[in-house]
Amino acid sequence: MRHLLSTADLAKDEAIEILDTAAQMAATQSREIKKLPTLRGRTVVNLFFEDSTRTRISFETAAKRLSADVINFSAKGSSVSKGESLKDTALTLHAMGADAVVVRHWASGAPYQLAHAGWLDAAVLNAGDGTHMHPTQALLDAYTIRRHVVGGAAGQGGGLRRSGDDGVGADLAGVRVAIVGDVLHSRVARANVWLLRTLGAEVTLVSPPTLLPVGVGTWPCRTSYDLDSTLADWRPDAVMMLRVQRERMSGGAGAFFPSPLEYTRYFGLDARRLALLPEHAIVLHPGPMNRGLEISAEAADSDRAVIVEQVANGVAVRMAALYLLLSGTSSSATEGTAL
Amino acid sequence: MTTTYVLRGARPLGGEPADVVLADGVITRIAAPGTAEVPDDAADVVEVAADGHVLLPGLVDLHTHLREPGREDAETVASGTRAAAAGGFTAVHAMANTSPVADTAGVVEQVWRLGQEAGWVDVHPVGAVTVGLGGDRLAELGAMADSAARVRVFSDDGKCVHDPILMRRALEYVKAFDGVVAQHAQEPRLTEGAQMNEGVVSAEIGLAGWPAVAEEAIIARDVLLAEHVGSRLHVCHLSTAGSVEIVRWAKGRGIDVTAEVTPHHLVLTDELARTYDPTYKVNPPLRTAADVEAVRQGLADGTIDIVATDHAPHTREDKDCEWGAAAFGMTGLETALSVVQQTMVDTGRLTWADVARVLSANPARIGRIDDAHGRPVAVGEPANLVLVDPGATRTVDGAAQATASGNTPFAGRELPGRVVATFLRGRATVLDGRPVAEAVAGRGGAR
Repeated sequence: MRHLLSTADLAKDEAIEILDTAAQMAATQSREIKKLPTLRGRTVVNLFFEDSTRTRISFETAAKRLSADVINFSAKGSSVSKGESLKDTALTLHAMGADAVVVRHWASGAPYQLAHAGWLDAAVLNAGDGTHMHPTQALLDAYTIRRHVVGGAAGQGGGLRRSGDDGVGADLAGVRVAIVGDVLHSRVARANVWLLRTLGAEVTLVSPPTLLPVGVGTWPCRTSYDLDSTLADWRPDAVMMLRVQRERMSGGAGAFFPSPLEYTRYFGLDARRLALLPEHAIVLHPGPMNRGLEISAEAADSDRAVIVEQVANGVAVRMAALYLLLSGTSSSATEGTAL
Repeated sequence: MTTTYVLRGARPLGGEPADVVLADGVITRIAAPGTAEVPDDAADVVEVAADGHVLLPGLVDLHTHLREPGREDAETVASGTRAAAAGGFTAVHAMANTSPVADTAGVVEQVWRLGQEAGWVDVHPVGAVTVGLGGDRLAELGAMADSAARVRVFSDDGKCVHDPILMRRALEYVKAFDGVVAQHAQEPRLTEGAQMNEGVVSAEIGLAGWPAVAEEAIIARDVLLAEHVGSRLHVCHLSTAGSVEIVRWAKGRGIDVTAEVTPHHLVLTDELARTYDPTYKVNPPLRTAADVEAVRQGLADGTIDIVATDHAPHTREDKDCEWGAAAFGMTGLETALSVVQQTMVDTGRLTWADVARVLSANPARIGRIDDAHGRPVAVGEPANLVLVDPGATRTVDGAAQATASGNTPFAGRELPGRVVATFLRGRATVLDGRPVAEAVAGRGGAR
């Protein structure tokens, strides 16, 4: 694996390798000394063209736990005030000898350009690009689902339990995942659809028709406009609630739904809908949540919710991704010595 | 003293070989191959070996962005028209979205004069429909029509004249001077923030969609408006199967509408957006393979009247960036004829005579410059001609093109056909496949 740009590029064995590596990383995180020497002397740059404190500190934590040197480069800019161009930023990082660049960008495809335009030879990790992809989010979601649904982690019913060891080595064959909310603008949804499918899971996207992309019919998943029937009849093992951006409700004639209340009425996860779920099913949310909009406080705080655990798993998955991308290559050793 | 050219064995419109003699700006003789004798009194005679080469009337582009005034870093009238000559054109219509906008007699005369001074092709400025392309009120269309530039084509290209009453007024108003409104059909509300064709690919790669209906809805409205007020309408760069259907319907109804397609919409699809290479970002966007087939069919059956390049040069800064931040547009003057040959002639869907129609006669007629361009290849006609070697192939190299910008979507692709020579009023602007700089220097020309 040279870069991690899109879950659509991941083969099943690669995806499982990342999840299994994450499980090993997670095991080290319960030790008193959490830091591993694995990436000592390697430089990881967090290049964020868009604010995302959560994702940035997750990557920063992951890199530091692997003993990498971490540089945070906030290059927030818009298409209107471009400032330093993507190309110049890439050339700068290249000159500084970055081994891996974790990039968050408002433009779909920017990590792909960084990886392929020849400006940079560091490994590129996509930390979310526009409305395209967020591979580590999907991997941490899959990791969390596998741990609970396949592995039967403590406190859960273990619906499809096939493994006693947090699901290590397993795929997600037969697992049903409902992804609910703003699919149109969601890189989390896109990343999950392809990864979950690769791992053998079945996915249903539940959304008002305005928030499903035209062309969704070719995606490897089902779609539904009806959350209640999806929960009651399709019986998902996991429900992933997507954040609804406030700006989707404004814009007058261009608003995607009539009101927050109506959205919550049809697509919000509350205690009543939680009760429709199979006993073992879990609730995920990539955060940050809009409590009272796409998810009620009762649902968010219920023992079905694994939302806080997702954050911890995110660190393990990002450690695994950095480890797999950077171990076995030694570009800094060969190029960085020429002083 | 002008040079006399003898084109030996050229095939006018792809027909039987002949010797064609050009002198004093016109075609003076068409004779059986090998029989045309050089006039004794001609001091300066150039023989051109044209065996197997196709001789067409000089190409006419109804849709070129020359960028001057304002964006001389991307293209100038001189560099853009040199590229046009290299591509086989003898006339281009320069779009109005310059800075300042070509919405006054002053600006259109400036562009017209720059074209005269450059001398590569006849430059016919397009006037803006609305002041500053703002879509709010009509520009002084009459003043532009009456200016030295004699503007007949009006367009807010890049922006759509979306207000229906303003579009109606424009369609009506230009009738006074036999003008035409060339509409960039793009419903603005349906395309806010749009980056590429809306469909399977945009859904997957997460770029905001530009739906076909945003083009088709405007075309449908405009043909009905044109019918209602009895005006002629030109549809710029239509790109969807639905647009072809609407124009076909309108023509069947007798509505005075003409339509154009770009070379890139004849061959490229939105699958190219998967590379996130902004070279492929263009407006209207590249569509699907089904749309490509529909526009080829439309061009073959005459629903689409012309091929126009929408040559849109951009600086590297405006393309070497994120897709979402990149400018829309691609160059096309130097590849248009090859793309038409590849997609339409080599596939048997158009003859060379048809190519002369869609790339010369029809655009000249729509632009009302058919007194000088788009003429038959016949004795006495103006020697505005292009000689093409259809058997040649070439690999496109953006850096080697005459245009000042490198944003060709065909870079690295092998295309058939090569422009061997271009003649503007009997003067070679291109010879042996290369622009003839000295032939142009210091010459004025048109009218």
